[in-house]
Amino acid sequence: MKARRLWAVARKESLHIIRDWRSLVMGIAIPILLLILFGYALTLDVDEVPLVVWDQSGTQASRDFISRFAGSPYFALRRFVQTYAEVERAIDGGRALVALVIPVDFAQDLGAGGLARAQVIVDGSDSNTATIVLGYVETVARTYNQEVAIEQATRRSGRTVMAPLVLLPRVWFNADMESKNYIIPGLIAVIMMVIAAMLTSLTVAREWETGTMEQVISTPLKGPELILGKLLPYFGIGMLDVLVAVLMGEFLFEVPLRGNVALLFGMAAVFLAGALSLGMLISIVTKAQLLASQLAMVVTFLPAFLLSGFMYDISNMPPVIQAITHVVPARYFVSLLKGIYLKGIGLELLMMEAVLLALFGLLVLLAATLVFKKKMA
Amino acid sequence: MLSDPESYAVVVRDLEKRFGSFVAVNRISLQVKAGEIFGFLGPNGAGKSTTIRMLCGLLTPTAGTGTVAGFDIRQQAERIKAHIGYMSQKFSLYDDLTVEENIDFYSGIYRIPDGKKAARKEWVIQMAGLVQHRTSRTAVLSGGWKQRLALGCAILHEPPIIFLDEPTSGVDPISRRSFWDLIYTLAGEGVTVFVTTHYMEEAEYCDRLGLVYRGELIAAGSPDELKTHFMQDDIVEVLCEQPQEALSVLGTVAGVKEVALFGKGLHVVVERQAADVIGAIQSRLAERNFAVSRAERIVPSLEDVFVSLIEARDRQEQPQAEVAG
Repeated sequence: MKARRLWAVARKESLHIIRDWRSLVMGIAIPILLLILFGYALTLDVDEVPLVVWDQSGTQASRDFISRFAGSPYFALRRFVQTYAEVERAIDGGRALVALVIPVDFAQDLGAGGLARAQVIVDGSDSNTATIVLGYVETVARTYNQEVAIEQATRRSGRTVMAPLVLLPRVWFNADMESKNYIIPGLIAVIMMVIAAMLTSLTVAREWETGTMEQVISTPLKGPELILGKLLPYFGIGMLDVLVAVLMGEFLFEVPLRGNVALLFGMAAVFLAGALSLGMLISIVTKAQLLASQLAMVVTFLPAFLLSGFMYDISNMPPVIQAITHVVPARYFVSLLKGIYLKGIGLELLMMEAVLLALFGLLVLLAATLVFKKKMA
Repeated sequence: MLSDPESYAVVVRDLEKRFGSFVAVNRISLQVKAGEIFGFLGPNGAGKSTTIRMLCGLLTPTAGTGTVAGFDIRQQAERIKAHIGYMSQKFSLYDDLTVEENIDFYSGIYRIPDGKKAARKEWVIQMAGLVQHRTSRTAVLSGGWKQRLALGCAILHEPPIIFLDEPTSGVDPISRRSFWDLIYTLAGEGVTVFVTTHYMEEAEYCDRLGLVYRGELIAAGSPDELKTHFMQDDIVEVLCEQPQEALSVLGTVAGVKEVALFGKGLHVVVERQAADVIGAIQSRLAERNFAVSRAERIVPSLEDVFVSLIEARDRQEQPQAEVAG
């Protein structure tokens, strides 16, 4: 391998990129756009759940109970209704996700120490959201229950009664449980995977299509020199994207970065090398730009989005799918980014992911250099 | 036949290339002496490009052996690439790069020493006449400029052998002439030039020629040798009025095998043994009132030789072609 030849390739490849505005848009504008789009649109937080209430009781007690919902940030009381038909219309029309129906004898039953009942109707068409909403409803009801019980016991016994157990929950790493805090780091991984592979998927195929490759392979230039030379400028663009993404995470989305920044960029470099090499390998195998870019899209986007643990928790997947996720490089980068960003942990705990990521990069790069032949088909 | 390998730049024996069932190059054997201009002449699709690509190490032969610059075309393709310059049929420099950037790229690829780099670059720019266009993108250059720039980039490293695949196709006649001046200059400096073409007049410029047809080498030799040894028939040049009409009249004269328009007159292919065929031609034309100003045996042109060889080959292969077709 000769540095002079590698450098000549890297230099001319950089010129191609600078001269072709499409590759600049693809390499820099698209990742920024995607991060903004997904960063804002893709929120998994459930709050301000629209609520309608049918208060048949109309008592102090029922209004007190309703105020627990209305005052919570997780619910937004939209309106009071008077019939089941209205309840149905509100849920069918999507104006409400939950309906609370308080029967006529609510206050009586509550005061008598009997079983007061309240009905909750939840739109279950999105089961995830319904589960979360039910959890909120139960929490509000449990708290209300507890307070009423303590109040009644205090009244009966004449002295202050305390609840036997007080739970002190503390959520680590993402205290406010904001979904953006774990979506943004994962998103950086997904976007980098797709963009990196797309960028390099065109380079070798383009040279075969325009015929410039025929001239290049008639020279003493070696395959690894060509491949590494072509990778270099795209690596530069990729690292620039990572920098922009990290800055956007810090200042636009205000995601806490608790870990070592140098480690973050180091791991990003390892990941990029693998993703860029994958695009290059696809380009070398297909020799056609259109096919190469489509293949790069399919091979990177779907696994990175679905199987990396970015959107869906890997431990909830069927065992077969879990096994498949091990060959998705984005999986390791998502773990690394979340670990570095949210937990602030270092290589002592992430060594496994780092090693596997490096291994992936090396294998793909090796495959690209082995598959590339200085011969015409 | 094969003597000192040092004096031959290219030696191939029974070179063959198949693409599936299609035989693109069929057992070609040839030798090119160091320092000569070897022309590879044949119609489109005859296997010229395939042959040149095998010689340059861009394609692996299906069968056969050969050496270029003393290196084996199968085992040492990469070493060959350091000793040759290759110019493909299609313009293959980068359109979005400027003249200088293209030169710099190939200068880096060939690792031209720092001390020579600037001088070589200047030489290419001067040679290609691109002094005014150093910083122009190559996309905007005309065909002649592109072709000279491509040649310049291919010989930056001063290789002893250069392979030019139809270098002058799509180039205007003046540029073509000056391109050949360049080839002569290079050959004068001892460079071996292997050039493919389908222009007959270019073939005349070559020291030696190989005629290829349907993947086979059907004749090889200097232009003079081809004209004298390979021609089984004689050529009679006939200059007369209304040569187009005369063409159909002459086809039926005894001893005439073929009549074709050539320049202002006709070239009549006649059997060598035929007695007084010229007299027969003249009397036939006189009967039909064509004024004949000249009817003489001439030294055949390369085109005559080529056409005659191809037709002989077609006649020979007719039964096979019909079965195959």
